[in-house]
Order: sequence, then structure tokens, then C-alpha cells
Amino acid sequence: MKRREQRRIVVPLVAVLLGFLVGALVIIVTGRSPAVLFISLIRTLTGMDPSGASDFNPRYVGEFIVQALPIILTGLSVAFAFRTGLFNIGAEGQLMVGSLAAVTVALLVKAPPLVHPLLCLLAAMAAGALWGLIPGYLKARFNVHEVVVSIMMNYTALHFVNWALLQFGSVDRVKTPDFPPTATLKSVFLSSITNGSRLNWGIIPVVLALLFFWFIIEKTTFGYRLRAVGFNKEGARYAGMRVELNIMLSMMIAGAFAGLAGAVITLGTFNFGRVLPAFEGYGMDGIAVALVGANHAGGVLFSGLLFGLLKAAQPLMQSQGIPREISQIIQASIVLFIAMRLGIEMLLSFIGSNIGSKGGSKGRARS
Amino acid sequence: MKVFIEMFPIALMFGAPIVIAALGGLLSERSGIVNVALEGIMMVGGFTAASVTVLLEPVLPGWAPWIGLLCALFAGMVYSLLHALSSVNFKADQVVSGTALNILAGGFTVYLCQIIFKQQRTRAFSTGLAKITIPGLSNIPIIGPMLFDHVYPTFFVALALVVLVWFVVYKTAFGLRLRSCGEHPQAAASMGINVYRMRYLAVLASGLLAGLAGGVMVLTQDIQYTVTSIHGTGFIALGSLIFGKWNPWGVLGASLFFGFSQALSLYARDIPLMSGLPLEFFHLLPYVLTIGALVLFSNKSVGPRAAGEIYDPGKR
Repeated sequence: MKRREQRRIVVPLVAVLLGFLVGALVIIVTGRSPAVLFISLIRTLTGMDPSGASDFNPRYVGEFIVQALPIILTGLSVAFAFRTGLFNIGAEGQLMVGSLAAVTVALLVKAPPLVHPLLCLLAAMAAGALWGLIPGYLKARFNVHEVVVSIMMNYTALHFVNWALLQFGSVDRVKTPDFPPTATLKSVFLSSITNGSRLNWGIIPVVLALLFFWFIIEKTTFGYRLRAVGFNKEGARYAGMRVELNIMLSMMIAGAFAGLAGAVITLGTFNFGRVLPAFEGYGMDGIAVALVGANHAGGVLFSGLLFGLLKAAQPLMQSQGIPREISQIIQASIVLFIAMRLGIEMLLSFIGSNIGSKGGSKGRARS
Repeated sequence: MKVFIEMFPIALMFGAPIVIAALGGLLSERSGIVNVALEGIMMVGGFTAASVTVLLEPVLPGWAPWIGLLCALFAGMVYSLLHALSSVNFKADQVVSGTALNILAGGFTVYLCQIIFKQQRTRAFSTGLAKITIPGLSNIPIIGPMLFDHVYPTFFVALALVVLVWFVVYKTAFGLRLRSCGEHPQAAASMGINVYRMRYLAVLASGLLAGLAGGVMVLTQDIQYTVTSIHGTGFIALGSLIFGKWNPWGVLGASLFFGFSQALSLYARDIPLMSGLPLEFFHLLPYVLTIGALVLFSNKSVGPRAAGEIYDPGKR
């Protein structure tokens, strides 16, 4: 059992290392220098330039957190469903309807400051929850696989949200009018301490969401029931738990996390609704975040920061001749390596037994 | 009626890549491996076809798109090796592995565009696949202009593949073995079938077809490859696989239907009953219908029973 607990942390770490290795290899093969990748990452993380060419700039740190905020939330969304044995590939669509709900409340409802963003956030969570409930209900009622339904729901959301956003009137068919100043999550203070980055009050809902996730999953009987359904559906049913209800609730809460992410992006990073030609990939990022974070609140926080860092470092890398898509390549490789968990475990035990046989007497003496 | 006839070749143009990719999904799922990576493999195919066409055009005008297609199908097959490796050898969750390939495809193709063409997309090719007119047949009233006059040859390729896949899956011993791996792999193994080998072959074949589909799509519907060139067609293919009940002829029908719904979005303004509908309605139609189909089929077992399950030889 202890060994399994260790593996839960070691396998994602090895996958992350291998992912960066693949990224560095791709950069070398295409004739660039991998040093640029790592220098960009360090500069984005700390604001300091290890090569000494430019001065400390806290804007990089601010933008790094801005990138991490939504994917921590979509990561929580995917992780929450995973804990109940469900694969929420639909965070992308839930995020989009969440952002639509936030736009709607921001533009159509009049409310005082503080209350207004709160209403927007709540509306976004409700919309995301509703969008998550559909695959949850179909899974519970008809036993239809939630993955395929969620994929279709993503595209439905993309086209529906684009249509709906244009109903608010748009000059350029790309964005809605700006929100009234009461609705925004933007912060002059946070922006000023990070040299004009887009850092905003979206931090607060994200921290609350992390605490909520941890509390529900680890500390309540409701969370215990959800996990029981995830471990063994039939076992949970036999113990008298209402499996179908728990599946629906789990997908709703997962959807609410993703919807919240949509609101944080729309009200915090931007100040208007955006019509998108394609997905931005926040939902897919969430899958990576949840997998690397081993579906725990703390893990999701760390891996969300890691992938946020990769995203935020893109402009720096691009300006130095490494195509920005390297971040996506590294992220996808990490997910692929985690999927190949068995391969990593085989690799680990191979290394372990080799070292073990070389230093055999030592190892045995200790055990 | 005139609009309908005019629309037909366009619907076939949209339908052809959907059919081809869905056939790939069919082979893979029939062997028991869910392939949500169709979209990503199509991206790889589309990128390869466009790049090869652009680069060969000055040397081999006319042949370049066809060589591009050939390379696309090969690239798709190589790319799908990753899915085979993770889901057959390493017992990966097939949806996670497929999702990884989808993310990777978007990143990798645009990365290579930036390296090769110094921009976010491939250079535009001057001619994609050429439309053909079949002499004689194109003079038949109604059917002629619908099927044989200024149409892309890709639809006939797709049609031939439907027949081929149907024949292989339902009329050969190989097909029977393939299906048995997707229904009950342990039983198949007990009859001496090498489940791993069958699944490898099926995933590679699905990569080949999806790669081809991506190439066909870019060379008939686009002027270059961009990251939005495929825009969800791989998932529509997955939908038509479900809608067509995992059967090649059903897949053909469903794909054509979805091809039509895309063509309709271009013509809706000219059709009295539909002129008021927003464009987005036609774009989301295939996805909503697929969800409906899933619910309808839910209590009948139409799909391969073991699809998506990790193969455990010791299970009974």
C-alpha cells in the first residue's frame, strides 16, 4: 500500500521529467538551443533573468499567475469528476457557457460593485453546472459514456456561445461591448505591484475553490460517498449509496468549477466577452493538470502552476526563435507518459532492480 | 430542387473526409480500442499533405497533391503508433492517450510550420486536388450533375473504402477475428487469436485512414494547413461512427448526412424555410444529433462490447 502511495507521486514526476526531455530533444533536433526554454521558464517564474541580460521584472510573475488561475480551476473540475470515476473531458464547454453567463450578468444586470462580480461568478458556476449535468444525467439515467457526450457538448457550446455573444451587439463580430466598471475583477493594485500585468482578483475565487475541493473530498461524508462510487460503483450501491445521484452531483460540481474558470477569464483577464473561432484548450489543460496533480487539491495547485508557467513563458520563447507551440508539445508528452503509466512503472522497477542487484548486500542489510 | 442539385457535390466534398476518418474509427473500435485521437491524426495528415504539396508543387505540378495524400496516410499511420503503443502495450486509458495525441498534434504541426515555413501555418498551395468530370455519366439528367460533374474524386475513394472495409470486416476470416477482439478479447485469445497483434493492426489502419482523411480535407476544402483546418471533423467522424451503429454502410449514411448539414449552412440563405436560422445552428447540428443517437441506442448493445476496456488476458 505504501508503495502504491509513493507511485502516485513518483509516476507523474517522472512523466514531467520525460516530457521536458522530449521538449528539449525536439528543440535540439530542430536546430535551436534548449537553454532558451529553461531560461524563459526561470524568467517567467521569478521575474529575474538568469542570463543577466535584463533587469528584474515582476510583470512576468503576474502574467504567470494569470495563466495558472483558469487551468487550476479546470484542473479541479477534471479531478473532481475523476474522483467519482468519471472522465470530464467537457470542462472546455462548461467553461465557455460559464463565460457566456458571466457576460450576460455583467452586461444586463445592474448591481453595486462587489455584488456585481459575485453575481457573475455565481451565474457562471450555475451555467457550468447545468452543462455538466447533461452528460451526468445521461450517464446516470441511460448509462451513455460521458466522454463522447462531453466532447459533443464542447462543440455545441462553442457554436452556441459564439451565436449568443453576438446577440449583445458587436462592432467587429469578435468581442462584446466592454463591461460596466462595477462588474470587473480587474485590480489596479495587483496590476501596479506586478508592473502592469493583468493580475486580478480572480485569485480569490481560485483559492476558495481549492479549499472547497479539499474540504468536500477529504472531510465530508458526501466526498467520501463520491470517492466510494469512484472506487467501486457496485460496492457503493451495495452499501446503500445512491450511485446515480452521486454521478449527477459530481458532474454538476465539476461543471461549476469549469464555469467559474470561464468567469475568471472573462471578468479578470479581459473585460468583454470574446467570440472564438476555436477552443482555447483550457479544458485539455485541465486534464493535464488533474493527471499530474493526481486528483488532489494540493497536486492540482502545483501542476496548475507548472502548466501555467509553460503557457506564460510562450511569448519569451517565441521572441527568441523557439516556436511557442513547444509548450503544448511538452504538455501533451507529459499526458501521454502518464497514460503510459505501466511503461514508467516497468522502467522504474527495471532501474530499481538493477541498482538493487549492484548494491545488493547493502539493500538487503537495510531491509 | 435546383439548389439541392447544386449543393450535392459540396455535401460530398464535406462528407468524404468524414466517411474516411469514421471508417478508421470503425476498424479501431471493432478491435476494442477507442480512438478519440481521430481529430489529432487528421491534423497530422492535413499538415503533411499540405506541406508536401507546397514543397513538391514547383517540381511535379499535377502530381504533388496525390503524393501529398500518400505521405499523409503514411504520417497518420506512424503517428497512430503512439496510440497503439500506449493503449495496447502499456494498457493506458485509451481516452487519456487519445486526448494526449490530440493536444500533441495541434502543437507539433504548428511547431513544424514555424520551423519550415516561418509562420503559424503552411504556405498556401496553388492547386489542391482537381475536380473531375466523368464523360458520359455526367450527362445523365439529375444524377449526372449531382455525382459526376465537377466533383472531387475523393468521394469515390471514400465509397471504395466503404466497400473495402465492409468486405474485410464482415466477409473475411480476418474481419471475424477483428470483431471478436472487440467483443470478447479473452474468448478470442482462447481460440488462438493474437489480440495484441490484431489491435495493433487495427489502430495502424485507423491511423492510415484518418491521416488520409486529414489530407483529403485540407486539399479539397482549404488553401493551406492551419491549426483550425480540421475544426472538429475528427469528432464529427466519431459521431457518425456512433450514428452509423459501427457499420460501414451506416457510417456512410451518417457521414453524408453530416456533410449535408455543413453544406446547408452555405446554402441556407437561398432556401426559404431556413433563411432565418443562424449559421451556428448548422454547425452544432451534428453534435446535438450524435448525443441524441447515443441516448436512443443506449439500451441496445450496438457498439463493440469491449471497446475502451483495458485488455486483461486473465479476466473471464
